[in-house]
Amino acid sequence: MNLLLTILFDGITYASWLFIVALGLTLVFGVLKILNIAHGSFYAVGAYAGASLVGWLLSIQMAPAFSLVALFAAAVAVSAVLAPLTERGLLRMFYGRDEVLLVLVTYAMFLMLEDITKLLWGVNPYYVSDTYQAFGTLHIAGQSYVGYDVLLIGLATGCGLLTWWVLNRTRQGKIVTAVIHSAEVAASMGVNVSRIYTLAFMCGVFFAALGGALTAPMISVQPGLSVGVIIVSFAVVIIGGLGSIEGAAIGALIVGLARAAAVHIWPPAELFSIYVVMAVILMFRPEGLFQRIQARKI
Amino acid sequence: MEITAKKWRKMLRPQWRKALWITALAITAGPALAQETFKIGIVSFLSGQAAESFGVPAVNGAKVLIEAFNKGQAPAPYNKPGFGGMKIEAVYVDEAGGATKQVQELRNLYEREKVDAVVGYVGSGDCLAVAPVAEEMKRFLLLYDCGTPRIFEENKYQYVFRTASHAAMDNVSLARYLKARNVRIERYNMINQDYAWGQDSRKDFMLAMEQLYKGAKVEADLLPKFGAGQYGTEISALSTKPADILHSSLWGGDLQAFILQASARGVFQKQQGVFSAADHVLPALGDKMPNGIILGARGAYGLMSPKSALNDWWYGLYEKAYNVYPVQAPYRMAQALLGLKAAAEKAMAANGGKKPTQEQLAAALRGSQWESPAGTIRMALGDGQQAIQETAIGKTRYDAARKMVVLDDIQRFSAECVNPPANMKSEDWIKAGFPGAKCQ
Repeated sequence: MNLLLTILFDGITYASWLFIVALGLTLVFGVLKILNIAHGSFYAVGAYAGASLVGWLLSIQMAPAFSLVALFAAAVAVSAVLAPLTERGLLRMFYGRDEVLLVLVTYAMFLMLEDITKLLWGVNPYYVSDTYQAFGTLHIAGQSYVGYDVLLIGLATGCGLLTWWVLNRTRQGKIVTAVIHSAEVAASMGVNVSRIYTLAFMCGVFFAALGGALTAPMISVQPGLSVGVIIVSFAVVIIGGLGSIEGAAIGALIVGLARAAAVHIWPPAELFSIYVVMAVILMFRPEGLFQRIQARKI
Repeated sequence: MEITAKKWRKMLRPQWRKALWITALAITAGPALAQETFKIGIVSFLSGQAAESFGVPAVNGAKVLIEAFNKGQAPAPYNKPGFGGMKIEAVYVDEAGGATKQVQELRNLYEREKVDAVVGYVGSGDCLAVAPVAEEMKRFLLLYDCGTPRIFEENKYQYVFRTASHAAMDNVSLARYLKARNVRIERYNMINQDYAWGQDSRKDFMLAMEQLYKGAKVEADLLPKFGAGQYGTEISALSTKPADILHSSLWGGDLQAFILQASARGVFQKQQGVFSAADHVLPALGDKMPNGIILGARGAYGLMSPKSALNDWWYGLYEKAYNVYPVQAPYRMAQALLGLKAAAEKAMAANGGKKPTQEQLAAALRGSQWESPAGTIRMALGDGQQAIQETAIGKTRYDAARKMVVLDDIQRFSAECVNPPANMKSEDWIKAGFPGAKCQ
């Protein structure tokens, strides 16, 4: 029973982190129809920005608990600067072109951002682990867990619910949904599609940067962060269905639980477990769990 | 259009004639000028996850050392400027991008950059890929860091060398340290990365434990992917399986993340941490490094380096340049470049003071030995192509007064105690109970 509870809690904790990142990825795909490889780089920039800001706050004796606000602020700043630059300055030039070309463009962005990150922050690691330890520990199923991990579950749930509410219960959200279904029809109804694209891309970058910023206190922030996260995030959104927020949540949970079960029961199958689950789901639901079948435009 | 004799005379006015003479002289003197330069291709991670821990510190080490060599500032017997008077010129290449890219980069270094030697490679996969290429091209290659024993245990080379011990030493010395300190071990946990380095380290440690702690049982045996970053689940799995020690060969960002996350959950209070290659995280982690962790540095490096005039000079040179003391990566780079310098000067002396050929350079290094900041390096294995060296293991303690982690209870192991003899593969040597090992 304890093992089951441990797997459940470990799986949910891992899924929370993953969901925040995957949420941005799926949002960008849903609205802009771009498989954004540079998403991993925005995650890394978010981690660096978060670590820098929190590091500075800690150096002026600010209580570590306040650093949560700083992490959010760092993600907002990254999104406010990088998203318009990328979307308006680069991606816009390729709209309407082959989707594969857009993937290559974002891959080029990924490579450039890797070097830009290194130029800005160097190769030395950044630590802000005081924040990680600032929220105490809890004892669940005979295990001691860090309070920060539990907090992450709450934050991920909050991010998911807020995004769902905005998309489904607000006027702006309904406009975004209209653009998701058909940008041309939405434009003909007077929707400023270009603005919606920028806003959606900003939200996507915000979630990537937030995922990175929230991870910063748990790790040493240094070059190479962007690669691993993008691969597993793709697995999540493919399982859930590209462009689906509910899908990203369920996909993250499936990946998190499969991985946790493998690590506890049969460790060599850790990576295999994620991709075998993905393969099985795609066998029965090639579009992912939550993607609606769409009519092809002729 | 035909150029007449008149036009030639007009063209060859005094200033033109002077320029032509200078050009002709430069062309004639070309080979002599080229002899005054020894070009080295230095390959290490300048980007990606291994950059911070290994690649950049190693390249930084190479830069200060080459500058000191060229100025003739190194202590004797390395005090001749450059390599025997030849100025050293270095070309730096990023190791990131995978083995296929590295093979191409290696060819470029030899064929386009016309380097006289390549010194490089942290990744075992990269070493395994580039070694046969250098051999096929009959070009001099020094592997300075990668750990896999397979390179010289499974193949024979003439032009490829490794100037540092392979990974078997790291785990044999860890197990010997535990035994020497009477650490009680009935059960142990392991966490190693799921690639060549992690798998080899895991195997070597388990084999060594079978010899030194008969009956000790492995509980959790985890192999997370390289660059995992998130270890929450692994830490739970380790915590559910009580053990006396926790062995790991994690390094770089993975090791730092694991230490931060595991410390916060009290893992090291219940299990003795035993890390095979962790010295490089000490300067960065500082007071976040738990006390009492037993660790190795893949040699007698950094805080465990032996006292000598050469080491004092090197340690000070690096510390002054980068405001941090050198850890394993720059030490390994230094011992490779010192070995190359010694071999180049020996080969030049045998060649009448002229720049040696690739064959002469290889012959000079094969089976040789030289002094390094970490002690004597001897090319004793792989028919004289693979080095052995002494090593050391110590225990962490944060020194609040000095604001740094220091290492206590340091124990040194001679090269012959923790490396296999020339006629045995490392795995067979450990399984046979370390025959021929000479430990004080």
